Amino acid sequence: MTGDTRHQNALLTLEGMTKAYPGVVANDQVSFSILPGEVHALLGENGAGKSTLVKMIYGLVKPDAGQMTLRGESFAPVNPAAARSSGVTMVFQHFSLFDALSVAENISLGMDNPPDRRVLSARIREVSQAYGLPLDPHRVVGDLSAGERQRVEIIRCLLQDPKLLIMDEPTSVLTPQEVDILFKTLRKLTAEGTAILYISHKLEEIRTLCEHATVLRLGKVVDTCDPREKSARQLAEMMVGDTLHVPSREAADPGPVALSMTDVSMKSPSEFGTDLRNISLEVRKGEVLGIGGVAGNGQDELLAVLSGEGRAQTGAITLGGDDITLLHPNARRARGLLTAPEERLGHSAAPDMSLTENALLTGAVREKLVDRGFLKWGRTEDFARRIITAFDVRTPGPDNAAGSLSGGNLQKFVIGREVLQRPDVLVVNQPTWGVDASAAAAIRQSLLDLAHHGAAVVVISQDLDELMEVADRFTALNEGRLADPVPTQGLDVETIGLMMGGVHGETAA
Amino acid sequence: MIHLEKRPQPSKFWAGFTPVLAVIATMIAGGIMFWMLGKPPLEAIRTIFWDPLFHETFGPYSRPQLLVKAGPLILIAVGLSLGFRAGIWNIGAEGQYIMGAICGAAVGLAFYPSDSVLIFPAMVLAGALGGWAWAMIPGVLKVKFGTNEILVSLMLVYVAENLLASVSQGLLKNPEGMGFPGSRNFRDFPAAYNTELISGTGMHWGVAAAFVAVIFAYILLTRHMLGFQVRLTGEAPRAARFAGVNPTRLILFCLGTSGALAGLAGLFEVSGPAGQVTIDFNSGYGFTAIIVAFLGRLHPIGILLAGLLMALTYIGGELAQLMLGLPAAAIQMFQGMLMFFLLAMDVLSHYRIRLNTPATV
Amino acid sequence: MDLGQINPLLLLASLMVAATPILLAAIGEAVVEKSGVLNLGVEGMMITGAVVGFAIGVNTGSPAIGFVAAAAAGAALSMLFGVLVLYLMSNQVATGLGLTLFGLGLSSLIGKPYEGLKAPSMAKWDIPVLGDIPILGPILFRHDPMVYVSLIIVAATWYVLTRTRAGLILRGVGENHDAAHALGYKVVRVRLMAIAFGGACAGLGGAYVSLVRVPQWVEGMTAGAGWIALAIVVFASWRPWRVLLGAYLFGGITVLQLNLQAAGAAIPVEILAMSPYIVTILVLVVISLRGNHGAPGSLGRIFHATH
Repeated sequence: MTGDTRHQNALLTLEGMTKAYPGVVANDQVSFSILPGEVHALLGENGAGKSTLVKMIYGLVKPDAGQMTLRGESFAPVNPAAARSSGVTMVFQHFSLFDALSVAENISLGMDNPPDRRVLSARIREVSQAYGLPLDPHRVVGDLSAGERQRVEIIRCLLQDPKLLIMDEPTSVLTPQEVDILFKTLRKLTAEGTAILYISHKLEEIRTLCEHATVLRLGKVVDTCDPREKSARQLAEMMVGDTLHVPSREAADPGPVALSMTDVSMKSPSEFGTDLRNISLEVRKGEVLGIGGVAGNGQDELLAVLSGEGRAQTGAITLGGDDITLLHPNARRARGLLTAPEERLGHSAAPDMSLTENALLTGAVREKLVDRGFLKWGRTEDFARRIITAFDVRTPGPDNAAGSLSGGNLQKFVIGREVLQRPDVLVVNQPTWGVDASAAAAIRQSLLDLAHHGAAVVVISQDLDELMEVADRFTALNEGRLADPVPTQGLDVETIGLMMGGVHGETAA
Repeated sequence: MIHLEKRPQPSKFWAGFTPVLAVIATMIAGGIMFWMLGKPPLEAIRTIFWDPLFHETFGPYSRPQLLVKAGPLILIAVGLSLGFRAGIWNIGAEGQYIMGAICGAAVGLAFYPSDSVLIFPAMVLAGALGGWAWAMIPGVLKVKFGTNEILVSLMLVYVAENLLASVSQGLLKNPEGMGFPGSRNFRDFPAAYNTELISGTGMHWGVAAAFVAVIFAYILLTRHMLGFQVRLTGEAPRAARFAGVNPTRLILFCLGTSGALAGLAGLFEVSGPAGQVTIDFNSGYGFTAIIVAFLGRLHPIGILLAGLLMALTYIGGELAQLMLGLPAAAIQMFQGMLMFFLLAMDVLSHYRIRLNTPATV
Repeated sequence: MDLGQINPLLLLASLMVAATPILLAAIGEAVVEKSGVLNLGVEGMMITGAVVGFAIGVNTGSPAIGFVAAAAAGAALSMLFGVLVLYLMSNQVATGLGLTLFGLGLSSLIGKPYEGLKAPSMAKWDIPVLGDIPILGPILFRHDPMVYVSLIIVAATWYVLTRTRAGLILRGVGENHDAAHALGYKVVRVRLMAIAFGGACAGLGGAYVSLVRVPQWVEGMTAGAGWIALAIVVFASWRPWRVLLGAYLFGGITVLQLNLQAAGAAIPVEILAMSPYIVTILVLVVISLRGNHGAPGSLGRIFHATH
């Protein structure tokens, strides 16, 4: 279809959409159109401006310039309610759900004119069955799995008969089997004439699902294509602009066991968390163990029990043969076990403190930054500078607050802080989450280098591509249990899916 | 349309400048309040802020009072600021202050009329312990059961006030007091009296202790691991646990220290300026110290200055009561306003104010 | 001591009166906290309500007008807190404390001329038929109207919170303000209204102390009732009917210790007087053993809409 006919038949047309924030132009003259019943991919790296663009369509952000046309009429939603009443709904990347409220209450909050409670409950059951997404309207949302939580969001949208459904990274929290179910649902919707604007950076997914793709880079439309006709590599090149830096790796013989867990169980410290159940694993020197799994299956808890923030109720953890089950975080660091949690702001780093202070956060023991309780600020600042230089952290200097750095730069700082301390074992959770491609590549390379120099590395990640790239062996967390690790080589998607636990929550409704 | 935009990092300039702005704003608002009460506003402000220090007749009397009043405020506020920085809200300093006074005074009175040089040090120790123990109640309850320390420490103020009423009419009552409530007066008990160290300055042991506490807190917060842990816990509690901070120990340290310092303040007050345990010797220092801690931006040097300023409003307030008939409550209001303006202006150090960029719809 | 002097009927009847100020303040605060805001200024708003209610009541001779004025004063004071916390994004704990200190000063300033005056009396409702029921009649149905108003407020709060859309939105805002904002709800506006409601209720509670319970103006007369109301909200797990239960239990303890004092019990007066506070601490401990279930997810967190 040519550009003109697309324009004429369009459900939604964007013209010259522009939005600037202080210091950054998030969207610059973005124009494209979406046809009824089409799955339209919005493709781009983190920071390419995808989120800002859809927020403008959904009425959350007001554009600085540009106009939209919906079914031939000017469309300028002043708020999400206005967007919804025009038939535009959205499923968020981070679910906008209320943990303590029930499924029905959550859905009701997302509707403008919700029916009576009983009617609504009945409608939820009906629609959820019809689209193959069973849900019990009376369950408390906090108790649902990630996949079920997404269903709540989707059904909330479906109940309003949307003309356009916006989905922001919907599969990042799903198992491959759940992804299949979702795609079936989406195809059913498009067959009924609903258009879907699908945001993702997962190229295979887009090739499977989408008929049309608009590629954003640094806030601008750089290309459009039919993703079914392109290879993943071609799509990636459109997205990144130059060829991807693929980490290289020299095969190394795994050494002796560096870290082992035997039958470790731990109750989750948070109310809606996942308990760890009988986890056993061994990691050898020089190898990278990849741990996959859908979000919320015990990743945070696994990192906590290894960092020493959490205490195992049963089982034992050994480091280089010594029992460290009862040791505190700093005692573990002193012995060579370092960790980097997923959440940068507020967990692995304190956002309002300077980079120097953040270097002290985990470096105090191994870098000898403290003498009889007194701080050696000069030495600490040197350490921060070394991290900044070695990991190419873009910042005016170590006096700057951690929170003033971009996600990718802060993550480089956090990973660099641990790597430079020459750990025997390094455990990282979601090392490249929300990080731009070049920083992600640098981080992955540093992990590979670390393993190459003889450290044992554990990478917990929800990004399967990443794990396939760095890991020697693969395993997955599923409801707090860990599958037996298998070599990454020759692994197929079916096996991975089974290790991740197949389909979640079929018990509902 | 006015719109707030979060700064990437807090502005150091505004952090230092907002307290000054808050004081100016309070003077203006206070002036309006005094005017509404039918008092000459400029004269009232001058009486509060200028006359206590520089008035020919009153100055010599009120100048020493500055340190007498500032001492306990600073001592308590320094302790509180440690906890506030870590997100541990001990707001029952008034109770710890009373308990310190009762315990310290009891030890002294038990040895009446001995003249041993050990009596006063023993009282100081007992005062600190009394305040510490009273603060450990919310501390232990929080650590063991997760009980809210705000409510427990506050409830204990009322308990302490009742205990004070009880002992000043019972246990510690002056046997030679001809039935009047209140203990023996420490002025008649030299070994236990918290005397003025330098004549005419108001400087007593409590003021000296306050200065020591300021220096101690400054070194702790800027040069010591424990101080770093306190700050880290307040900024990012999860990061603190990740960095190996033991929250239990930190909670007990912060509550214990603030309790001990409040207890000390109580002991120094009761054995010096107040002179005896009476049902109402406490004058709300434990609560005013909260304002002092915030006005000083939870920073030891800031607290030192804020304590002096707040002491000035006390003395100036008394003077204004005397000279202009300004009600005592007006000064309390004035202090409350100061806290509000300070909190309101805090926004400037964390956010930029932008005009005409209506990003939120 | 003569325990025979304590009349169980009178004791139960006065329980409702003793509990009403705390009940009013606590139900208001429960709504505020349900919206995700922690207002520690209850004591300050109560004492301000007490003095304003008393002053207006004395000047107009009408307790009813006094109550209305007290509610307005509490709400007005709470708006000070609301603006600071919601628009200037100040720390909620510190601002609430400031509000209490400010309210205590304000009330003693306003109250000076009214010390020693007597409040206009408020007629008790002797509800016909019901009031004549033996035993239950005097306990439940022979009180002043405010006792019933407070019960109606509790019932209405329960209904609105659990059965209406407005209540659902309020709970949503308190549970996850970012999600509520993303769905297009006005987080700040919802919270401002909740804070005003909380302030009005605290004002009513304070006025009940000065106009009915005591009934005169004494400086600092709420004596920590606002703080106890905060504790009761925690005790009640933020549920309206359990706020009622908590307040009446607490009222029972207060009345009992007052009766024991009057009966000349062998326990020193001070010990009896401190007992409500000690019981509150014990209750808080028991509650925390059970864990803070039901605390709104966004309670005390600062909301700033970035885009």
